[in-house]
Amino acid sequence: MNTRANFDQSLQELKTLQLKMAGEAETAVKNAMLSLLNRDVELANKVINGDHLIDDLEYEIHEKALMLIARQSPVAKDLRRLHVALKVSSEVERLGDIAVNIAKSTVQIGNEQHVKELIDIPQMMEVALEMLTDAITAFYSEDPALAKKCAQKDDQVDKMFGELVQELLTYIPKNPDFTNQIIQLAYVCRYIERIADHATNIAENIVYLETGKRYNLND
Amino acid sequence: MVTALKERTTMEATVPVQQINRQENILSINNLEIFYGENRAVNGISMEIEKNAVTALIGPSGCGKSTFLRSINRMNDLIPGAFAKGEIIYEGLNILAENINVVALRKEIGMVFQRPNPFPKSIYENITHALKFAGIKKKSQLDEIVEESLRKAALWDEVKDRLEKSAFSLSGGQQQRLCIARTIAMKPTVILLDEPSSALDPISNAKVEDLIVDLKKDYSIIIVTHNMQQASRISDKTAFFLNGDLIEYDHTEKIFTNPSVQKTEEYISGRFG
Repeated sequence: MNTRANFDQSLQELKTLQLKMAGEAETAVKNAMLSLLNRDVELANKVINGDHLIDDLEYEIHEKALMLIARQSPVAKDLRRLHVALKVSSEVERLGDIAVNIAKSTVQIGNEQHVKELIDIPQMMEVALEMLTDAITAFYSEDPALAKKCAQKDDQVDKMFGELVQELLTYIPKNPDFTNQIIQLAYVCRYIERIADHATNIAENIVYLETGKRYNLND
Repeated sequence: MVTALKERTTMEATVPVQQINRQENILSINNLEIFYGENRAVNGISMEIEKNAVTALIGPSGCGKSTFLRSINRMNDLIPGAFAKGEIIYEGLNILAENINVVALRKEIGMVFQRPNPFPKSIYENITHALKFAGIKKKSQLDEIVEESLRKAALWDEVKDRLEKSAFSLSGGQQQRLCIARTIAMKPTVILLDEPSSALDPISNAKVEDLIVDLKKDYSIIIVTHNMQQASRISDKTAFFLNGDLIEYDHTEKIFTNPSVQKTEEYISGRFG
């Protein structure tokens, strides 16, 4: 017999909110990336104007988690679950901010043609997005194996970031008129690398939730 | 000189000093079984109780934790048909042995119960009653022990001006601290507490909890509690009992953040029991 049905229901509601927030952030990141690749300023502005929804969800999750800590005296996995809710929602909130940053770069670039056809940046975006999707799925299913698998791709993104920035910098002397755009694209690479880092942090929290042990999945 | 102390004095003379004084554990329980007639209430448990630490015993009603606690100073002897097998080793002696003088044992291993049970006497006499039995008659010496015990029990400042008043004039929380002072006066090494603050209001409970934490520098404390938060606040180690078995025994931080056994997790998080 479950003797804590009300508490369990509240935890389930909290998880639903977290998944809603993660879904909003994932959509924001995807749209921000699409806006950059398609030079779609309208979509970029939609991302920028929608960020407050993610911020509001973070606030709501924090309030709910703190209330449950105060009123339900959680221990063991219940306590870890609430700790993780606080940590992960902060990571997801940062993802929302990064989506805004990418969208702002889109706005900066505006209608200007890209300095060259973008090939590696979309590839890097794809890997980072896969990581994010895996992290959210692992959170939904509370699957530490999937969380670890997600984090393994972080090195790949880091490597792509290093190579891409080096390459982008070589374009500046040859295309001085595109300096602003090239700098924006280098920023975008940095933002994508950060997305992968946040996905890794989410994955680490899932492993902690399930095992009670801290893992640094970046190592 | 009582038998138990005689035997121990003999042992101390023959065992190297460092083995006695440097020991980390105050009690070793080996394969302890406790029966009420044909019913076995405790199923062969083994554990070490750390010296100068607070050990909490938790578990649902009927799990054997109080039976185990009472066996440590042979209180179960008072229950007809109750008997124990196995060993509880205290300073080299199996205290379950027949030749143990239980009166002497209970001086060294004192006990405080769920409901405050002061004697219907003055505050002062509550402390001195047993001391007089033990042969301490000198007023100055009694005064000294009364003050020391009440100070250690964090009660002195509240009662020093009314030591001759009835113990029943005290609040429930004060009465419980008086009972702790009464136990301390006998200069025990181990204090057993059987849900000592479950009948107290939150402020009195907090005072008793603070007191327990303070007392561990001088005594080894074993506490039975139904209050999970109390166990997590004040104990260094926690033992989880279920159906007479010791399910898990570990550092309190570990038990309350990441227990190893699913049953422990379910119990401490209120999923059963």
